[in-house]
Amino acid sequence: MKKYGKFAALVVVIVGTLIWLATAGIKENQTYYKTIAELGQMGDQAYSKRLRVGGDICPGSIHRHGNAVDFLLMQEKLNLKVTYDGSDPLPDTFRDGSQALADGRMGHDGVFHANKVQAKCASKYEAKPGGKPAAAPVYPNKASL
Amino acid sequence: MENIGALAILLAFCLAIYAVIGSITGKLRRNPFLIVSAERAVYGVWFLVTLAAGVLVTALLTSDFRFVYVAENSNRAMPAIYKFTAWWGGQAGSLLLWSWLLSTYAAVVIFTNRRKHRDFMPYVVAVLSTVQTFFLILNNFVAAPFEMLAVDRAITAVPDGNGLNPLLQYPAMAIHPPMLYLGYVGFAVPFAFAMGSLITRQPGDGWIHTTRRWTMVTWLFQSCGIVLGAAWAYHVLGWGGYWGWDPVENASLLPWLGGTAFLHSVMMQEKKGMMKVWNMVLVSATFFLCILGTFLTRSGIVNSVHAFASGPIGKYFVGFMAIGIAVTIYLILDRLDYLKSESQLESVISRESSFLFNNLVLLASCFAVLWGTLFPVISEAVSGEKISLDAAWFNRLMIPIGLFLLFLTGVGPLFAWRRTSTESLQRNFMWPGIASVVLVGALVAAGMRNFYALISFGFCLFVALTILVEFYKGAKQIAAKNEINFAHAVVELTHRNTRRYGGYLVHMGIVLMFIGFTGAAFNKNRVDEMKAGDSVTLGSYQLTAKATHEGENENYLWQSAEIEVSKNGESLGVLSPEERVYKASRQPTHEVALRERLNEDLYLNFAGMNDDRAVIQSYVFPLVDWIWIGALTLIFGTLVALVPSKVKREYARTQVVGITRKHATVEK
Repeated sequence: MKKYGKFAALVVVIVGTLIWLATAGIKENQTYYKTIAELGQMGDQAYSKRLRVGGDICPGSIHRHGNAVDFLLMQEKLNLKVTYDGSDPLPDTFRDGSQALADGRMGHDGVFHANKVQAKCASKYEAKPGGKPAAAPVYPNKASL
Repeated sequence: MENIGALAILLAFCLAIYAVIGSITGKLRRNPFLIVSAERAVYGVWFLVTLAAGVLVTALLTSDFRFVYVAENSNRAMPAIYKFTAWWGGQAGSLLLWSWLLSTYAAVVIFTNRRKHRDFMPYVVAVLSTVQTFFLILNNFVAAPFEMLAVDRAITAVPDGNGLNPLLQYPAMAIHPPMLYLGYVGFAVPFAFAMGSLITRQPGDGWIHTTRRWTMVTWLFQSCGIVLGAAWAYHVLGWGGYWGWDPVENASLLPWLGGTAFLHSVMMQEKKGMMKVWNMVLVSATFFLCILGTFLTRSGIVNSVHAFASGPIGKYFVGFMAIGIAVTIYLILDRLDYLKSESQLESVISRESSFLFNNLVLLASCFAVLWGTLFPVISEAVSGEKISLDAAWFNRLMIPIGLFLLFLTGVGPLFAWRRTSTESLQRNFMWPGIASVVLVGALVAAGMRNFYALISFGFCLFVALTILVEFYKGAKQIAAKNEINFAHAVVELTHRNTRRYGGYLVHMGIVLMFIGFTGAAFNKNRVDEMKAGDSVTLGSYQLTAKATHEGENENYLWQSAEIEVSKNGESLGVLSPEERVYKASRQPTHEVALRERLNEDLYLNFAGMNDDRAVIQSYVFPLVDWIWIGALTLIFGTLVALVPSKVKREYARTQVVGITRKHATVEK
């Protein structure tokens, strides 16, 4: 059984290292998904955690100054001011009206400081009426065959 | 026409069910006619699904905007090639592609095995047809590609469609999904053979020999798909990276990791009769990871930039996987005795043990990626809070894992079976070892302090040298013996044992890719707002803004910035990153401007205008091209390994003499 002992020891070392790597400091890598409404109810906790907030980008609210980009996220009629100052360029899908996810921290000034922004691929399943000239008159009802 | 398509998939669904029932009943009742009729039904399914796919593609090519799918995924101004690729641009179409690929695979498998493996082929047919049935359920009842647009019960067309997502209007992206799907779907075949052989308790490893090439081809498609996805992200998305640990990227990586582990561990079964249970588990796990991959991409369960759609489709996938996994586990547990190992591990420093650790690490990484990807779902179920893990977490875990695998890539193939003598260790590893220590020393002296990068470069050189030495030693012998020149001898050597030397080439590809990954430790970037005449410095480059231009064509509007690049006062030419806004979808995309060189890429992105100033994001990515070169090497190596060897090999099963005869027919 001695040789199996060696195998077992090696396996334990490898798996142990991986578990240590996976769990040590995991708090810093965690991001909590919150809605804008929940954000308001979090109180002081909101300032200590990394958060991910989703919503629609208010049309016309995107402003660029220097390296930062400001915009308003809207979710169920609640607005959140976001300023993005991350180093990565904003995705192509980031534009008026699209759905966006902002990762970052809540600032004491009431502005959400995002260092990462994702915008949802323009989903073809949610055709936005009026937005596209060709799509304006369509989809009153779908006839399935 | 739409009726033909809809009817075809409905009939295909019925036929697929018949194939399942027919082949199982035929097998149990020993009725050869029923078995053959089930096989014919599979051909029928292929014909019908092909017909349906033909209808959809015709509708796309002729811009028949009565179809909901066509109206949502195509428009008139698109080039014909993208009208065709719009087939997999949306949910319904890509699931139809899945079905079609599966039915094609099934038809090919049945045709090529029509006179082989008669005793378990019915179960292979049954398993494949069950999977086919599942996807046809989705095609028919969940994501129907043949829905029509109607106003007041009259089918009507719209004048023009929404167009294919412009991000997908790019050559690499056009073929990326079918490549990945070919990989995903292909694993159904080894899985079906494994199950067939398990159900009927086949003696020997027939299923492994039959499916070895399938597995490799499938694995090749998956590798291509992943690399194309990375290349697309790098060249098109404009965020300056090729991998971000996004759930959908992870979904494509998971089955690849499982498949890689499987490709290695089957060798243990082929040559030593070991790890039989493990191989069953691996092939099943890989198959279900493929289904999970499709599920993650298609259901939007984890928040992702790609999450295409949400809706009822998730339930179907979860149900199918739950039933499938339960049945597989039952079958394996019920037949454990038949999967008994024929030999045992002997030494920690042996080929067997290197395979074992290779598998352990691949599986651990697979599990880690799965855990990280599903963490939001898991945490929500456990604590009610939806928490995600960021890319830094993946990197912290995956970089050491990757480096350890790289190390195994170098030492594993040179360990002898059973046990390795100290003398052979010294012979094989002394010079590569010394060379890499010297390299690391030199890099430290040159001022490099990044720990992982140093380790990675050291291992890369070590592995590359061990591989080159293998080629050199073998070829020198052949050259001397047959009096041919060295280059010819290398080809001859490879041809004599394509599996081994093809495998080395694949390993070489991995080494080259690691060189490229390591370059990421030295990335540089900056963002600037530039007016004409402004100049900035990044690394050794000076970037000077010259002018901006704009224009339009029938598909999109564009605006570009003209940036002159110079190095040490010497002009290197002009780069013009461009921003496009597609008319049909009103969506902007960024065409980055790249100066690709083997040592580093200069990467410029035009992020739009801020008043009269152009926002330019500039990056330097050292060594990134080696990823693509490595990928090409990997593809070449896999193709070499697929070529039959010139010399037929019989594996000397040193230990288990009793079974050698059975294995003497290996590799026809």
